[in-house]
Amino acid sequence: MTYVPMRILVIEDEPQMQKFLRASLTAEGYRTLEATSGKEGIELARTHNPDLVLLDLGLPDMDGMDVTKALREWSAKPIVVISARGQEEDKVRALDLGADDYLTKPFGTGELLARIRVAIRHSSRAKEESTEPLLQIGELGIDLDRRRVVVSGREVHLTPNEYKLFAYLMKHAGKVLTHRQLLKEVWGAAYASQTHYLRVYMVQLRHKLEADPTRPRYLVTEPGVGYRLKTEE
Amino acid sequence: MAERPDPDALLAEVRREEERAARGRLTVFFGSAPGVGKTYAMLESARLEREEGRDVVVGIVETHGRYDTGALLLGLEILPRRKTEHKGVRLEELDLDAALARRPGLILVDELAHTNAPGSRHAKRWQDIEELLASGLDVYTTLNVQHLESQSDVIAQITQVIVRETVPDSVFEGADDVRLIDLPIDELLERLREGKVYVSEQAELARERFFREGNLIALRELALRLTAQRVDAQMREYREKHGIDRTWAAAERVLVCVSPSPASERVIRGARRLAAGLHADFIAAYVETPASLRLSATDRRRIAEHLRLAQSLGAETVTLSSADSAEEVTRFARSRNVTRIVVGKPTHARWRDRLRPSFLDQLVRLTDDIEVHVLTGESAVGSRPPASQRHASRRFELAGFVAAPAVVAATTGAGSFMFASAQLADVVMVYLLAVVLVSLRWGLWPSLLAAVLSVFTLDYFFIPPLNTFAVSDVSHVVTFAVMFIVAAVISGLTKRVRDQAEASREREIRTASLYSLSGALALAKTTADVADAGTKHVHDVFGARACVLVVGLDGHLAQQGGGTACSFDVDEKELAVAEWTRQHGRPAGAGTDTLPASVGSYVPLEASSSRIGVLGIRQPHGGGLDHQRTQHLQAFARQIAGALERTRLAERAQQAQLRIEAEQLRNSLLSSVSHDLRTPLAVITGTASTLLETKVEPPVQRELTEAILTEAERLNRLVRNLLDMTRLEAGAVEVKKEWQPLEEAVGAALERTTSVLGSRPVTTDVPADLPLVPYDSILLQQVLVNLLENAAKYTHASTPITVSARLRDDGVEVIVADEGPGLAPGEETRIFEKFYRAEKGRGGGVGLGLTICNGIITAHGGKIWAVSGDRGGVAFHFTLPIEGEPPMIEMPESLPRAEGA
Repeated sequence: MTYVPMRILVIEDEPQMQKFLRASLTAEGYRTLEATSGKEGIELARTHNPDLVLLDLGLPDMDGMDVTKALREWSAKPIVVISARGQEEDKVRALDLGADDYLTKPFGTGELLARIRVAIRHSSRAKEESTEPLLQIGELGIDLDRRRVVVSGREVHLTPNEYKLFAYLMKHAGKVLTHRQLLKEVWGAAYASQTHYLRVYMVQLRHKLEADPTRPRYLVTEPGVGYRLKTEE
Repeated sequence: MAERPDPDALLAEVRREEERAARGRLTVFFGSAPGVGKTYAMLESARLEREEGRDVVVGIVETHGRYDTGALLLGLEILPRRKTEHKGVRLEELDLDAALARRPGLILVDELAHTNAPGSRHAKRWQDIEELLASGLDVYTTLNVQHLESQSDVIAQITQVIVRETVPDSVFEGADDVRLIDLPIDELLERLREGKVYVSEQAELARERFFREGNLIALRELALRLTAQRVDAQMREYREKHGIDRTWAAAERVLVCVSPSPASERVIRGARRLAAGLHADFIAAYVETPASLRLSATDRRRIAEHLRLAQSLGAETVTLSSADSAEEVTRFARSRNVTRIVVGKPTHARWRDRLRPSFLDQLVRLTDDIEVHVLTGESAVGSRPPASQRHASRRFELAGFVAAPAVVAATTGAGSFMFASAQLADVVMVYLLAVVLVSLRWGLWPSLLAAVLSVFTLDYFFIPPLNTFAVSDVSHVVTFAVMFIVAAVISGLTKRVRDQAEASREREIRTASLYSLSGALALAKTTADVADAGTKHVHDVFGARACVLVVGLDGHLAQQGGGTACSFDVDEKELAVAEWTRQHGRPAGAGTDTLPASVGSYVPLEASSSRIGVLGIRQPHGGGLDHQRTQHLQAFARQIAGALERTRLAERAQQAQLRIEAEQLRNSLLSSVSHDLRTPLAVITGTASTLLETKVEPPVQRELTEAILTEAERLNRLVRNLLDMTRLEAGAVEVKKEWQPLEEAVGAALERTTSVLGSRPVTTDVPADLPLVPYDSILLQQVLVNLLENAAKYTHASTPITVSARLRDDGVEVIVADEGPGLAPGEETRIFEKFYRAEKGRGGGVGLGLTICNGIITAHGGKIWAVSGDRGGVAFHFTLPIEGEPPMIEMPESLPRAEGA
């Protein structure tokens, strides 16, 4: 694969945060574009078509939701939102509107780069329309063709819904998935608000797949948001 | 040579000035008789005022059809009158409420002495005017001299016409301006002849008598004299204010004795004139003797009226009680430095003086240094005939007059037994004993009858010659006489003793009732308690329902307590009456001059600092209270007011205490927070500047940078805790419970605290079959994170921590336990307090973590507590209640949706 440095659009109004993000991203080899307001950000996205957008939800001029919506009107590129603690609802809404992942302030460089990596990987995979049937994340493996799930070499039997759930998580490994997204995917839009179904199923999955269900290594809860199948990075 | 004016008097003067400034100015157009032109002069002045730009409104003016007066009304704004109907007669009165609403600068109200129609707010027009003045409006009014209270009897004497509509002198004396409208008598008579003077039809008959020249001259003189007195008073005030010498040496004080006789009215008025002439203080006293108990209702009412009259004339009224009225009056007079005592001429028959010195005699003798003025009580023509002065005795017990002879007969029988062996003297003693017994049981007159009968039977049966009424030995006549006298004296004495005993009993009942009330009030803790205690006692003592109304924060009266059998509820109308009482500080309602048509009577509750409310009482048969009971009720009112003030102050003190505590807490928070935030900040700034400014080796660089990260994380925790605490306290935390497995929260919390927990062994013990629990995922994660962080902070880096859960009857219990140093004894509850930090802690923290846990768990309906472990360490337990059932989980396993790949 030819290496083309990825361009990341950073929409952030706080100068110190900008400095930090620029430093982290450029050190990792990304190129950065900077906008300090929602309008400026949308404009730059339209003109430069970056590979990923880092969007702070606490912008002064526009609501983060509106920026996400505006971007999603024409772009399928990954968006990672940055939120402050206590803005749970905003986070969830942004994710439901099309953002791919989130970071909660304060966060470290490691987390930042991990999320960006995951997001880019999934977007490029979607572009390539990979139909890779075998997915392996750590001890967890899934064969999408044969509908087989293997944990540490042993096969595990899952009910149809459990399988659907697990498959969806594996396909989006590393990325956060909201309750709504998961419910819609597995049970349909009518069940989009019945979170307790989802939770019960997650518990069952954990019991079947995790070594210590109470301290899950892979099937991690993102409180107030949804779930994430945690990858090694 | 001005001596320094008395500072207290000056202060009082200043206060009065202030009150006067807030009050409207009253100008009285004063005349000696109808027809001198008072209304005309008033209207002329009003027009002048209006030309000068003042807002003048005509409240009510009677022109009586005279054209020249009517012409002056043109162009003035006239307030519509209030029309009422009474017994089929259309009546028009001043519309007081409209006047108050209109609030003119100056309002004209004719005829100060007018009596209002029934149903009006006040009984008299001068009371209406008082209200107008109190609300700041200036008033012009007219008045004839014969309508002055203190002059009415003098005028009755002069003109032989009784004037019934009177105005208290205090109103006249309180007027800011009195303009005498004077007309020479000839001119007045001329006008009368020309028909220019209006006299009402009823007075037509009296008109002839009234408008005689002699009368008019006398009236004119009276009016002139009164006006002159006013000027004199003004001059005196002026002199006092400017510290000019007073012209008289000592202050005089006049005391008048009030009696139930109708003549007493005159005596009171005369006393007032005397006091006014001497510029003396004026006191009216009534002495309650044991005999007063047996006064008729008429007499009792008269006493109350006389005392009210005295009060309206500006007297301080006092009710004394004693067995001996002359002695009591003297004692009181001496104690108050009275210089003159005024009494009425005796009206009883002369012969009684022989028996016993009259009140007047005793008084004159006892008061050697006080002057006694005796005024005639002769009533003027046409007044009520004197009522009987004799006390209404107790029920005319006929039984006594039957029993007396029976007892005497019995005694005679006994005597004849004795006579054989005893002396005559002994028999006499037995008869005396019989008389005493009759007196004790049946009173004075039966015992006197018994005395007479005893004498006769003694004579007949025991004095020789026996069985005749003749007396052989003259000395026996002496025996009879002495026996009779002794019998009479003993009867009189026992009667007095009995009366006094009854009087004491009455007083004792009254005192006991007050004592019991104050006892009950002392126990009352809240305003409602005070109200209930008050109404209960009023009900017990007066046999009437009561209610207590207290001024609330909004400034309006509200009924307190109540809903008991002793209370009655006030509706809006009654509330208005009570409100009036509160505003004016005077009793109102049934039995008073103000709003007498209401259901209850209301007295103000005056506490030391303010008028705190109103006490209402509803007599079962309507009507008002007599004087004695009014005083009693007022004593009750004072007690209740005191207790109300106390509860109110206690409530305020408590609130102040809470405010102080909140303030203290806020201060401690600020100091604690500033310290705990500054410390990590100091490390960060210090370390960062070190990295920038000095040359540091790479390994040290790394160390320092790590330190910055650690301190930043600590700051993060602190800020998070502070924010959570603030949100909890502000009630901004919403608990969004969702049915979830407990594992979720445990897992998430462990995930979050991975770095803090480090490499220590952490075990979880959450049963797989635990049912779903309703909780807020973010908040519960916070609780577990706080507990885990605490455990990590206060224990060694390798100390194991366990998280377990078990099902209980009503919910789920979660335990986070460690085996570290544990808590000091007694700390188990204190650690949940705000800002409390266990001494052995390290790693800072502001002491809010557990408080936040407590807040969140409590908001979930659960409980959290700490238990010291047997082998050291501490276990934190908390419960989450499970109420209801989670929605049924239907597992739609197969869906028509295509399987995604």
